[in-house]
Amino acid sequence: MENDNYDGPILEIDKLSISFFTRLREIPAVMDFSAKIMPGEALGVVGESGCGKSTVALGVMQDLGVNGRIVGGSIKFKGQDLNKMTQEELRDIRGSQIAMIYQEPMASLNPAMRIGKQLMEVPMIHEGVSEKEAYDRALEVVTDVKLPDPKRMLESFPHQLSGGQQQRIVIAMALMSKPSLLILDEPTTALDVTVEAAVVELVKDLGKKYGTSMLFISHNLGLVLETCDRICVMYSGEAVERGSIEDVFDKMQHPYTQALFRSIPLPGADKNARPLIAIPGNFPLPHERPEGCNFGPRCDYFEDGLCNENKAIPMYPVDGMERHETRCLKFQEIDWNAPIEVGAQTEKPEPGRVVLKMDNLKKYYEVAASALFGGKNKKVVKANETLSFEARESETLAIVGESGCGKSTFAKVLMGLETATDGQILLDNKNIEGTSIEDRDTQTVADVQMVFQNPFDTLNPSMTVGRQIIRALEIFQIGNNDEDRRKRMLELLDLVKLPRAFADRMPRQLSGGQKQRVGIARAFAGDARIVVADEPVSALDVSVQAAVTDLLMEIQREHKTTLLFISHDLSIVRYLSDRVMVMYLGHVVELGTTDQVFAPPYHPYTEALLSAVPIADTSIKKKHIVLDGDIPSAMNPPSGCPFQTRCRWKDKAGASLCESEVPPVRVLADGHQVKCHLDDADFAAMEPVIETPVAAE
Amino acid sequence: MLPLLRFLSRAITNNNTDKTGAFMGLFILRRLGVMILTALCLTFIVFWLTNLYPNLEKLAKTQGNFRMSDEQVETFLGNRGYTQSLPVKYGQWIGVLPGYVIEGTDGETRAKCAANRAPTDDTATFCGILQGEWGQSTVFKDDVSTIVGTRLGLTGKLMFWVMMVMVPGALLIGVLAGMREGSRTDRSLSTISIVSTATPEYVSGVILIAVFATPLFGMQYFKGTATSAMDDATFNNFFLPVITIAMYGMGYIARMTRASMTEVMTAQYVRTARLKGVSFPNIVMKHALRNALIAPFTVIMLQFPWLLNGVVIVETLFNYKGFGWTLVQAASNNDIELLLGVSVVSVFVVLVTQLISDIGYVFLNPRIRIS
Repeated sequence: MENDNYDGPILEIDKLSISFFTRLREIPAVMDFSAKIMPGEALGVVGESGCGKSTVALGVMQDLGVNGRIVGGSIKFKGQDLNKMTQEELRDIRGSQIAMIYQEPMASLNPAMRIGKQLMEVPMIHEGVSEKEAYDRALEVVTDVKLPDPKRMLESFPHQLSGGQQQRIVIAMALMSKPSLLILDEPTTALDVTVEAAVVELVKDLGKKYGTSMLFISHNLGLVLETCDRICVMYSGEAVERGSIEDVFDKMQHPYTQALFRSIPLPGADKNARPLIAIPGNFPLPHERPEGCNFGPRCDYFEDGLCNENKAIPMYPVDGMERHETRCLKFQEIDWNAPIEVGAQTEKPEPGRVVLKMDNLKKYYEVAASALFGGKNKKVVKANETLSFEARESETLAIVGESGCGKSTFAKVLMGLETATDGQILLDNKNIEGTSIEDRDTQTVADVQMVFQNPFDTLNPSMTVGRQIIRALEIFQIGNNDEDRRKRMLELLDLVKLPRAFADRMPRQLSGGQKQRVGIARAFAGDARIVVADEPVSALDVSVQAAVTDLLMEIQREHKTTLLFISHDLSIVRYLSDRVMVMYLGHVVELGTTDQVFAPPYHPYTEALLSAVPIADTSIKKKHIVLDGDIPSAMNPPSGCPFQTRCRWKDKAGASLCESEVPPVRVLADGHQVKCHLDDADFAAMEPVIETPVAAE
Repeated sequence: MLPLLRFLSRAITNNNTDKTGAFMGLFILRRLGVMILTALCLTFIVFWLTNLYPNLEKLAKTQGNFRMSDEQVETFLGNRGYTQSLPVKYGQWIGVLPGYVIEGTDGETRAKCAANRAPTDDTATFCGILQGEWGQSTVFKDDVSTIVGTRLGLTGKLMFWVMMVMVPGALLIGVLAGMREGSRTDRSLSTISIVSTATPEYVSGVILIAVFATPLFGMQYFKGTATSAMDDATFNNFFLPVITIAMYGMGYIARMTRASMTEVMTAQYVRTARLKGVSFPNIVMKHALRNALIAPFTVIMLQFPWLLNGVVIVETLFNYKGFGWTLVQAASNNDIELLLGVSVVSVFVVLVTQLISDIGYVFLNPRIRIS
C-alpha cells in the first residue's frame, strides 16, 4: 500500500451524521459524532442500546444497508475519505485494512463452510496468495489466538466449536491480513465472564503484538477501562463526553456519564458503601428526542430555558485536560465532587424461619449418546449434583455461575417444570421435589414464582398487560369476581410503580424495563413467598437495571419474600444478596454469606470468577487470573473435582488427588462451605482479588 | 387417489424429526423400515377401496354378462376368490399367503396362481406382487407388470426432461430474485413465478397448445400431441408437455428459493463476508448459495409426487401414453389389477424420493450431518 509510512491518525471521524430513512420519516441515528484514533490507540465507545454506537461502526465500514445513509461529515481512514470511495476501493480496504469482530460469533460465521476456508478466503482475496500459503497463514493465526489443535480447528464447521472458540475464530479472521484498524462490536457480550476475560486478554495482547488501532464498542464500562486508552460516551445518537480513560472515569464532566457510573454496582462495594442511583425516566426514541440537550429531561442539573432551548449544543473542551470534551452547557457550574445524595436508608429485616430447604438434590438427564450407537446407549448428564442449602424468609440467596453450571436446571426443578432425580426439596417441610407443576396445588404454584431473564419473550404479545396479570390472578384463584381481580391487578401495577393506565397497553408499547416490571407484578400476583429471579436485569440497559433491582428489593422488604437471585453478574450479586452460592458444572463449590464469599479464603473458581469481572473504577486494583480453556461439557465432565481442568491451585492440593476424587464439602467458618482439596494453610494464604483503596470515597 | 397417497405418506414420513445424531446406516435402515410400513398401509387402503363390493359387482358383470342376477354375481365372485375376507385377499395379492384354489359351484377348479384355471403340478403356491405376479390387465389384455414397466419408462423420460428444465430454471430465478430483495429484478421475477404457479396444468397446457400449436397466432412451432414422442422425442414434439409441467413447479420452487435466499442474504455471516471484502458475485456463489439451497432442496424432492399429479393431466392432454395416461385408463375401465399395480408403483416412487430428500438434506446441512 502507498500508505505504509502514513503516520497521522488511523481513523478520523469528523461531525459524522447518519440517518435511517423509513417511509414515515428520517430517523437520525448518529448526530455530529467526531473521533480520532491514533496508531496503536484503542478508543472505547460506550452507551446504552439504541444510542447509535453500532451505527458508528457500520458507518466506518460503509455498510449501512438499504435504509441507512451518511448525511453529513466525513470519515477519514489514513487520510482518505471513506465516504467518497467506490465499492471497489471499499472492498479492498474491508478485511485487509479495517476488520471487524462481531457480537454473536455463531451468527457471524458461515454455518455451511469449514473454518479453514473462511479464514483462507481473506488473504486469497486481498493478497492473491496461493491456497497453500493461505492455509499456512490460517494455521499460524489460529495458533496465535490460542486455540487447541489448530489443524483440526481448520477442518471443523462452526457449530462444532464452543462460543468462546468461535469468537477466537472471528478474531483470527479479523487478524488474517494484519489490519491497521480493528472494530470490535460488543465482542464478548454473548460469552461467559471467565471466557470473556480470556478473550479480552487475547485482544489486548494481539493489539500490542500487531500494533493495531482499535475501536471498541461496548455497554460495559469496566471492559472499556481494561482495554482502551480513550473513551467516548454516547447518549441518544450524540457523543456526550470524550477523553482519556482516566479523565472520564475520575473527572467526568457530563451529567449522563456521572449518572451512568452511579447506576452500576461495583463488586468492590456493597449497597451501604455505594448505593445505586437509578437514572429517572426512559431513553428517548430517536424520533422523540427533546429539544436542546437530549439528556435534559432525565438530568439532575436540568435548568429550564437553558438546557431545553432549541439549538444544537456543541462539544466544549474542558480546561486543563488534554482532548477532554463534553456536550454540556453547565459543566463549569456543576460541582462534580459533591457527595452522592443517599436516599432514606431502610434497614433490612432479619431473615426469618427456614422456608425452603434443599437436601442432596440431584437432577440427571439422559441423552442419546454418541451418534455411532444410534441412540441406544444413553449418557447421563449430571446437571445438578448433591445440592443442599436452606433459604429463609426475606432472605436473598444469590446463585452464581456461568452457563452450563446447572443454575437454570435447579430453577426448573424448584418450579416443578422438571422433577428431581434424587434428594428432596422441602417447602414448609412439605416435599415437592417429585411433584411436577401440573400436580401442584394452587397455593404451592402461587407461592413459588419466577421472574424471567428476557422480558421481551415472556409476555404474550397479543394480550394487554392488565389481562395478563388478571390471568395469573385467575389461575391462583384470587378474588371472587372480575371486579375484585381488576382491583387487585391495579394494586399490583402500583406495587411495581407502573401507571395504572398501563393496564390497557399492549406489551409492544412498553420499554424493556417496564416489561420486566410487568413480569415482576405477575410473579407477585399470588403473594409469592419464594421468587426465583433468573437473571432478571441482564437483558436490560444499565440505567434501567438499577431501578428494577431496587424495585425487587423493595417488594421483598414489604412482603418478606425469599428471593433466589440467579445471576452471572457478581457486581449485582454483591450489591443485593445476603448469601451467595457459587456453582460450577452442577456442583455447589462455595456457599456462604456475601462477605464470606467475596473475601478470601475463596474457592479457586470463585477467585477466578471475581478476577474476571471487569470493574469500572480506576482506583480498584485487581488480581489478574485468566482461566485456560472452556467450561467442560456436562456430558463429559472431568474426573475428580469438576474444576480441576482449569484450576491454578491444583498443584498445591496435589494434582492426582484433584483428578481422582470429588472434594468433600468443608466448613471454613460458620455457614461458609467450600468444596475443595486445598488445606487450611493454603486457604489462609489467599490474597483478596479486589483491592479497594482505603477511604477512597 | 394420488393426493390421498401423498398426504398419508407425508404424514407418516414427516413425523420422523430426530434426524440428528443417528448413525447414517441405521438412519437409512430405520427410514426404510418406516417406508415399508407406509407402503403396506397405503396399498392396503387402495386394495380395500378397489375391492369394495360395488366395484366387484361391476367387474363380475363386465367379465361375465350384464344380465347376471345378484345370486349369479355372488357365485361368480365366490368361484374366483373375491368373496374371501379382505386380509386374506390382501395377503394373497401381496404374496405372503398361498393363492386360493377353489372348487367352484360350477364344478371347475380355479387357482389364483394358474390364472383361474385348474392348477397343475408346477403351479406355484404363492403368486403375488412379491413373486412378480402383478396380474392381468383387463383393458390392455396384457401382464400388468409389462404395462407398468413400459409406461413408467415413458413417463420417466418425460419427468427427466421436466426436471432438467424445472430445477435449474427455478433455482436461477429464485437466486436472482432473492439476492437483492425488493429490486426490480426481484419484483418482476416474483410476479412471473406467482403467475406460473397459480396456473394449473390443464389451463396452461390448453393455452400453450392454442398459442404454439395452432395456426391461431401464427406461431405453430410445436406439435400439439406428443404421441410420436413416445418413440422418438424431439424438441418439436416434446417441448410443450415438458414446459407445461415444468412451469407449474418452477414458480413454486423459485418462490421457495427466493424466500430462503433473501433470508440468507440478511444473515450476519453474509455481512461478515461482505466486510471481509468478498465481492458480491462471490458472496452469492460461495457464501449464500449452499445455505440458501437447504430449504428448497426438500421442496424440490416433494415436487416429485406433485409431478405424478401433473403427469396424469398432461399425458392425457397431449395423448402421451405414459404412466398417468395408464392410470386414467385403468380407473375409468375398472381395471382392478392394473389400478393396484399403478398405485404400488406410485407409492414407491413417492417414498423413495422422500428418502433421497432426507439423505440429501443431511449432506447439504453440516449442522445435522453425522460426525
